[in-house]
Amino acid sequence: MAIVFRQETFRDDFTYRNSPENIRRFPFPFPDDNYMYSVNMEPHVKGAAGTVFENLIDVDEHYISEMADRALVLKADPLRYQALPHMMQAQWDTLELLMEQQAAGYPEHFTLEKNGDRWRWINRPLGIDDTFTFGDLTTLPMEPLEYISRQTQGDITIVDQRDNNLWMDAGMVTTQADWSLDFDVGMNFMEWHGPVPLAHQQGVFERALKFLLNMQLGKPIRRYNWTMTINPRLDTSPENYPKWGKDRTTVTPENVGDKVHLRVEVQTLWRLPRSNALLFVIRCYLMNMSELVTVPKWANRFHRVLGSLPTELVDYKGITRYRDVTVEWLSKYDDGAPTSAGTFPD
Amino acid sequence: MSQTDFSVRVASVTPVAETIKRFRFERVDGEALPIFSGGAHIVVSMKDGSVTRRNAYSLMSDPADPSGYEISVAKAEESRGGSVFMHEKVKVGDVLTISAPVNLFSPDWRGRKHILIAGGIGITPFMSMMAQFDKAGVAFELHYAVRERARGAYLEDLVARYGSARVKTYVSEEGTRIPLEDILTRQPLGTHLYVCGPDRLIAGVLDAGRDAGWPDYNLHAEHFLTPPPGKPFSVELTRSGKTVAVGEHESILEALEAAGVDAPYLCRGGACGQCETGVAACEGILLHNDLFLSDDEKASGKKIMICVSRFEGQRVALEL
Repeated sequence: MAIVFRQETFRDDFTYRNSPENIRRFPFPFPDDNYMYSVNMEPHVKGAAGTVFENLIDVDEHYISEMADRALVLKADPLRYQALPHMMQAQWDTLELLMEQQAAGYPEHFTLEKNGDRWRWINRPLGIDDTFTFGDLTTLPMEPLEYISRQTQGDITIVDQRDNNLWMDAGMVTTQADWSLDFDVGMNFMEWHGPVPLAHQQGVFERALKFLLNMQLGKPIRRYNWTMTINPRLDTSPENYPKWGKDRTTVTPENVGDKVHLRVEVQTLWRLPRSNALLFVIRCYLMNMSELVTVPKWANRFHRVLGSLPTELVDYKGITRYRDVTVEWLSKYDDGAPTSAGTFPD
Repeated sequence: MSQTDFSVRVASVTPVAETIKRFRFERVDGEALPIFSGGAHIVVSMKDGSVTRRNAYSLMSDPADPSGYEISVAKAEESRGGSVFMHEKVKVGDVLTISAPVNLFSPDWRGRKHILIAGGIGITPFMSMMAQFDKAGVAFELHYAVRERARGAYLEDLVARYGSARVKTYVSEEGTRIPLEDILTRQPLGTHLYVCGPDRLIAGVLDAGRDAGWPDYNLHAEHFLTPPPGKPFSVELTRSGKTVAVGEHESILEALEAAGVDAPYLCRGGACGQCETGVAACEGILLHNDLFLSDDEKASGKKIMICVSRFEGQRVALEL
């Protein structure tokens, strides 16, 4: 079934909204009524129709508008895309994977024809029809990672694996929750995860690194991360802090429903074949509180999760200023009933 | 643990040199195998009567060719059964199970130049690496030593394919040896060195590299350990409640698999860390043979790598 793509903005007048169907497929990340950081990794396998796991690379109604927003970010700040020279093979691996997955999941929107190394890529939503030689840089209008990540929802980083560590050596990052590729590029796994409270004491990152180093071809995994964002702004980067930081002071009991968004990242991790690098696709989903409470189970649960969040995490996630007013607003929608197991709507 | 496995048919068996055979595998369902990266290995599962043997072998075919995988198997002088089975029992048309490729010996792609040093059957991971380097236009040099010409696999083939400027061969029986010192002292900045072969060669090359002032980060070795034999013992498993006997020529992992206990593994050679297992009780000595655990972890007695390590004493219980 063809997706009806929305025309909307993630800045200025913020016209981004979710359709009722899209709300129900939102990747609500909380399996319990309280939250604690954990290595919540699971195999990235296809899930039920009507969920974001229907395909392994998810395309939704926001695709065209997200790609337009990414182009605006890149125009203002080209350093949001960076790739170190030794990552070229991994770039081609990534281009192949993202083309294949999108074409397999959405044949009405994307087509990939391979004739040996001569490939034709058709992206109908964006009006692209290019023929190029796989592995030959001169046949694409730009580097392979930039090319395909301008046509894929979600931030994309490629990490090189060497010396028993992972190194963030390439990426396209325009929809991030307050981190910077320009700052992190070239760092290893321990360095770029430096300042997360509570997690370090638990050895979480040591375990996660060991797990990732042994990730296998053909067995991608996924995990959730989440935070909150005021206004449906994709680009909440440190570079742009002056633009969005002050938004956090604008929340009032009257505008919580429209302004306060749950921001969920579905991170998928893939072993790449030729380069042995790992691909991280960090896909951001936004849903405002008015949309969230249309699902009664989520209204109950999110009220409880947010209310019981440890202070350190409230501060780390940068939601201190508006957490209480949001909990108060959500309390009107919590009927006190127990919530059912799992994350999906009842 | 569940693996991404493929059912493959043996498409060809080719004698390559004395005691070395090459096997080509193609998928039974005719589909493509995954493209892989130079230096990767697969685990081959062999049904030998009631025993399932699992051995890791480096892939030596062109990583960009998904039509089939090739490995070369040297018949081990003290075979634990796997290489003898491959040599004597496996025939064209047989069906085996292989794992998806795993790479614990990946090139450092930042390298401006790659020096590959192979001893004997240690040549195999370099064959896939060289195909990838050649295609990518990356500079490399292979130095390949064998004991005697008759046991040297692919000596002429490699020279013919990559040229004598990039491939140097040495035959110890004929008195030619790898001129390590010369190689180590004339490389441009940003060169990476890789060694695969007998333990003695690996240790010698790594030591010489350090002595010549190479940073550890530029020295890479493929350590594939074979589970060493030892006295039989039994392990108690705290989760499944079973007690499993481990034979003299068997690893704990192999004994568990034979007893139907699902245990995680990847390399089966003490390198990757996947089979790390908690030790619940130990009255005796853990014989750590792996390259993964730190000295402190080994001394703590709380963890064991069940693919290569053993136990001697009264009683050991594992968290499985």
